[in-house]
Amino acid sequence: MTSTGTSIVIVISAAWAFAVAAPIVAAQKEKASPSWTKDNLVYAELTKAPKKAVVRRNPLENDRDAVAAGANLFDQHCSECHGEMAEGTHKAPSLLADLVQQATPGTLFWVLTNGVVRRGMPVWSKLPEPQRWQLVSYLKSLAPAEKSPQ
Amino acid sequence: MKMLKWFCSLYATRLHLAWLFLAATLVSSAQAQESPYIVTYDHYLEEPGSLEVEYFSTFGTQRQGNDFHAFWAEFEYGATAWWTTELYLDGQTTFNDCTIFTGFRWENRFRLLQREHFINPVLYIEYEQTSGADKILKEVEGHDVESDYAIPNAIARKQHDHELESKLLLSKTFKGWNIAENSIATKNLTGGNPWEFGYALGASRPLALKASAHRCSFCRENFIAGGEMYGGLGDRYAFGLHDSSHYVAAVAAWNLPSDWTLRLSPGFGLNDNSHCFLLRWGVSREFSGFGDMIAGLFGGHQ
Repeated sequence: MTSTGTSIVIVISAAWAFAVAAPIVAAQKEKASPSWTKDNLVYAELTKAPKKAVVRRNPLENDRDAVAAGANLFDQHCSECHGEMAEGTHKAPSLLADLVQQATPGTLFWVLTNGVVRRGMPVWSKLPEPQRWQLVSYLKSLAPAEKSPQ
Repeated sequence: MKMLKWFCSLYATRLHLAWLFLAATLVSSAQAQESPYIVTYDHYLEEPGSLEVEYFSTFGTQRQGNDFHAFWAEFEYGATAWWTTELYLDGQTTFNDCTIFTGFRWENRFRLLQREHFINPVLYIEYEQTSGADKILKEVEGHDVESDYAIPNAIARKQHDHELESKLLLSKTFKGWNIAENSIATKNLTGGNPWEFGYALGASRPLALKASAHRCSFCRENFIAGGEMYGGLGDRYAFGLHDSSHYVAAVAAWNLPSDWTLRLSPGFGLNDNSHCFLLRWGVSREFSGFGDMIAGLFGGHQ
């Protein structure tokens, strides 16, 4: 094999070793910490929203289509991690929990916009602002869980 | 000979399609919300655990030489919410010449700040090993000019470049508009080449900001349009806009509910050092279960 060929093989292997290692490490970490601890760390993010963000009102709260549109957006972008019914998975916490359901629309909008990057939730500011409010409308329409997971 | 060229081109296309098909059969998918840029990067990274498989083409006109069709495949993986790693495989067909593999790139992007700010920085670091025949024009840097691309493949492919490329990506989304600026600094690790610089600017917006209540292919919110401009800024000894090429391009993306994204970008050279016309297009699909699938193989959650 030529030196170019060898280098190609080495770098491709290294790249994919990284790509493969990341989920494995994540899986190991997951085994090491109970999910309620992880979930609480994410829920704690709700308390970090600045006051200005907390008091923001949902401009689409009277929009009859907002919940349906939000449900579509949730299905497309959120259900993979939070579950199809927002019940939570091993990757992300339930959005039916009291802590989420009792949060103000402004708080949910703030968390959606900023993500919880250290805990694996990406920023969603790439969705235009009205779409993030539609998602908030959908989240607020979900029935609260009978028992909070905390 | 013509038959051989046709076969090589067909083989490369089939290879890319085979990759896409293989990935499609292995993992689930999620609708992408992809930016329309071909050259410029915004500050959004791949979602953690997702693999995006992309194929891009660039058709370029060439004065004093043969027009070309350069193509590349990208495998973009969201390792974490703050780190995306990406592998590129490049190739090109120069008309009346031949089709060749021209190299690979390994790119990493790191989000520097946890939350959204007025401007959001992302650090980009890439290692690339390409031949002198590489024509994908994924960025323009240093004193890149059109005549560099007129060299026949048989000669150009003998030149091997090992480059370290860094970029500072700055981006902001406001009222649906994304504005992005990329500063590029590149060092060719072979020989005593100086640091070379380049830039890319982009602006884009979805045609509608609210989502429809029903899933649809032709809804306006699925289309994103904008423009980008990119070019070289010389090197550390001769910095500036002169003696380099510069381009302006319209960009458009169509995010389909069937999980595919199509992109189209006609671009135009802004000076005599630039190719007169570049037509770029691309297709991509995002697979959200890839990380889980790999973790499952090693006993993690699936």
